[in-house]
Amino acid sequence: MTNMIEKPHSRRDFLKGSGALIVAFSVPLGAGTTRARAATGAIGPALIDATQIDSWVVVGQDGRVRIQVGKVELGTGLRTAQMQIAADELDVALKQIDWLESDTWFTPDQGTTSGSQSIKTNFRAGLRQACAEARKALIDLGAKKLGVPASSLTTREGAVVSTSDPSKRTTYGELIGGQRFNLEITGKAPLKKPAELKIVGRSIRAVDIESKVRSRTEYIQNLKVPGMLHGRVVRPPGINAKLVSVDGFPKRIPDLVKVVIEKNFVGVVARSEIGAIRAAETLRVTWNDPGGAPKSHDELYAQMQTLPARSRLLASYGDVDKALAGAAKTVEATYYYPYQLHGSMGPSCAVADVKADEATVWSPTQGIYPLRAAVAGVLGFRNEQVHAIYKEGSGCYGLNGADTVSIDATLLSKAVGAPVRVQWMRADEHVWEHYGTPMVMKVKGGLDKDGNLIAWDYESLQASRGGRPGNIGAANLPTGALIGLTLAPVQASAPTFPPLGSDTSNTEAGYLQDEEGLVPNGRVVAKTVHSQFFTGPLRSPSRIQNSFANESFIDELAAAAGVDPVTYRLRYVGDKRLRAVIEVAAKKAGWVLRNSPKPASKGNIATGRGIAAMQYEGRDGYAATVCEVEVNKKTGKVRVTRVVVGHDVGIIINPGGLRAQIEGNVVHGVSRSLKEEVVLDGKTSKSRDWESYQVLRFTELPKIKIALINRPNEAPTGAGENAMTAIPAAIGNAIFDATGARIRRLPFAPARVKAALAEL
Amino acid sequence: MAKTITLTVNGKRHTVQSAPDTPLLYVLRNELDLHGPRFGCGLSQCGACTVHVDGEAVRSCIVPAANVAGKSITTLEGLGAQHPVLEAFVEESAAQCGYCINGMVMQSVVLLKRNPRPSEAQIKKALNANICRCGTHYRIVKAVQRAARATA
Repeated sequence: MTNMIEKPHSRRDFLKGSGALIVAFSVPLGAGTTRARAATGAIGPALIDATQIDSWVVVGQDGRVRIQVGKVELGTGLRTAQMQIAADELDVALKQIDWLESDTWFTPDQGTTSGSQSIKTNFRAGLRQACAEARKALIDLGAKKLGVPASSLTTREGAVVSTSDPSKRTTYGELIGGQRFNLEITGKAPLKKPAELKIVGRSIRAVDIESKVRSRTEYIQNLKVPGMLHGRVVRPPGINAKLVSVDGFPKRIPDLVKVVIEKNFVGVVARSEIGAIRAAETLRVTWNDPGGAPKSHDELYAQMQTLPARSRLLASYGDVDKALAGAAKTVEATYYYPYQLHGSMGPSCAVADVKADEATVWSPTQGIYPLRAAVAGVLGFRNEQVHAIYKEGSGCYGLNGADTVSIDATLLSKAVGAPVRVQWMRADEHVWEHYGTPMVMKVKGGLDKDGNLIAWDYESLQASRGGRPGNIGAANLPTGALIGLTLAPVQASAPTFPPLGSDTSNTEAGYLQDEEGLVPNGRVVAKTVHSQFFTGPLRSPSRIQNSFANESFIDELAAAAGVDPVTYRLRYVGDKRLRAVIEVAAKKAGWVLRNSPKPASKGNIATGRGIAAMQYEGRDGYAATVCEVEVNKKTGKVRVTRVVVGHDVGIIINPGGLRAQIEGNVVHGVSRSLKEEVVLDGKTSKSRDWESYQVLRFTELPKIKIALINRPNEAPTGAGENAMTAIPAAIGNAIFDATGARIRRLPFAPARVKAALAEL
Repeated sequence: MAKTITLTVNGKRHTVQSAPDTPLLYVLRNELDLHGPRFGCGLSQCGACTVHVDGEAVRSCIVPAANVAGKSITTLEGLGAQHPVLEAFVEESAAQCGYCINGMVMQSVVLLKRNPRPSEAQIKKALNANICRCGTHYRIVKAVQRAARATA
């Protein structure tokens, strides 16, 4: 099966496969040709019509079913989970399914694979609906062929069969193999009921695990195209540096093909990869670097509070100002979250082949269509002149260098008129990826005389620049900036009434985010300012930062009210599912009801426990984590000894895959909480490698315990980010519990913890 | 200038033309199409490029190919498809994106050769210089334990 799903995505190979002539194109391609050219001069389809069954489901003459989907495997198990969904809905065995994901010639535009949205999208509608429509169409065809009413038929193992007479049976291949459905997705074909799902809900081993372990996965980094050259980019020494001159090489580079210069973009192309590396290392380039970037996070956080800010009112309930003025006690706190790196293991890589009027780009991008538009924009092509093909890369956890390196390869290929592969070096990835967004979050809470929470006033401030290509194209990417594409500056704006609501964007509203929220007066304002460094979504973007603030602050309020943190939280949580994950995490952790902090301990090591919970984007997934820590009071070193997770993502598609995601969330979340912060120096980042940007190691792993709540009747949500979102605050709360020191700034690095302990 | 280098990789002799300072990794990947070892950092910091040279785990991103001429080089592909460590990684589903897994496997093979019954702490220590960003650590440790049981 793994071989089937990892067929090379070239059109030539594709046409050899079953059902070659039945792929749905809105621009028809000539049958049997390897490249058809429409009258418009386009080389590919302008649109794969997502409203047609044929765009999603293709039945070959041999009865194999090819699924064409716009969401990609990023290491999260999504491919396997989607395959389970399709197999169930279509009644075909997993091994009968071939898989084609994200290729602008074949798969529908499903935006980006991001934000833990893909399972949700392709279970509630998208892929699953398309499969249901195909199944219904197959039953209708079977009724005609077998001469019985459709109502007497069902589907089983790739065939339409009579419910009363098993001898009346015809296979999908016999019914429609090699032909098009030519049917629109009506949205009316019934989806199976939860109880009818047999493959969904099982811990199917990831379909690509064999190829991953045995090194048969065709990563983008492995791709070789005939005539391919190798490129590298010579990045400026600072984010604001401008090119003065390119002054040649100290000694001849034997393999050199060309030095490419476009405004501030400097690249080299060589025949061998090592030639390109040596050329980039030794090319003498003069830059003018005025500096002007933040010298430290202290400076960054201060600057963020003075820059023009675009403000949005997300929530407003009751009368916050009045409630705060009349409160028996008010608590205020400001929390800080730094630039962090995606830090992909494999530096980003892409291959581009740009010809006079057409281009092909192979990319590990999360969004093949937005990338196609960005490449077309850079080349001055129409979208359909660009064929963008997804190839798996290293895990990205959000917007790493995948899109930017694709533009690098495009520029270099265009300059030399040959296919060019660019793989970033480690420092390229560390310094020039889209950093996770830094945020400053200010919270004010009001308590009445009994310690009840009566007001919550929240303001978040984030610095951002660029992002996914989206509608803006390459201007959102560092290389876009180097070639002179610009973004509109952030325009200051006041938050206007009525509130926008926070459920679709961020977990910003904390305890106010749903109508069942039990805090009577609340306000949430979200502000954005300009970042000098490029930023982009990093696993739980905004949500992890806001949850750090919300969940630390509720803990501060619990301490101020003199109430156990779990008990206090539950007073203000109306949502039953959120309550349930908090309760299960506390129970599994053996949580003992008591106030924080603990009485001071003797000895160097203080231990403590903390809890945090989150609702992802309102009601899109629930998690609570209890973290237990040891704090070395002398050195300030924090060790997370155990993490207990309560987790609810609705119906569980694949429990084993879900656990893998949660484990990843825990390791990544602990790493980000304890260690990860980009070091700034006024020009650029000093975090250039794994020494200068430390991440969690094997010997630092906490013990882990996971409690899954399965809700077969609730639609699934994503699982890629939930548990992680609750980890920073849970660790901070545990440090407070252990020591009495409240640390409001990530990461909880030894020096910061030591300083906080010294202030006690 | 390119120089002729003869390498013994996975039991086969290969003659390649390469600049003498070319790290072994590029010769393996680009000349011999062995994609087990991967470029992760080029600095010997992450482990993704690990191969065996005369039975030792070596980071091929910093070792010049010319320096290992005449030595016995093994990549993941040379372990053999039935290798118990590979089997164990599959059984434990010990890969997410999979990019680091080559290093985890190659380092573990050397560990188990030296210490066929490692404790959990010894496994973690042996893998501590290998980075994984997906957070597959728990499964990797379990896979090494499983491989140890299988070979004991």
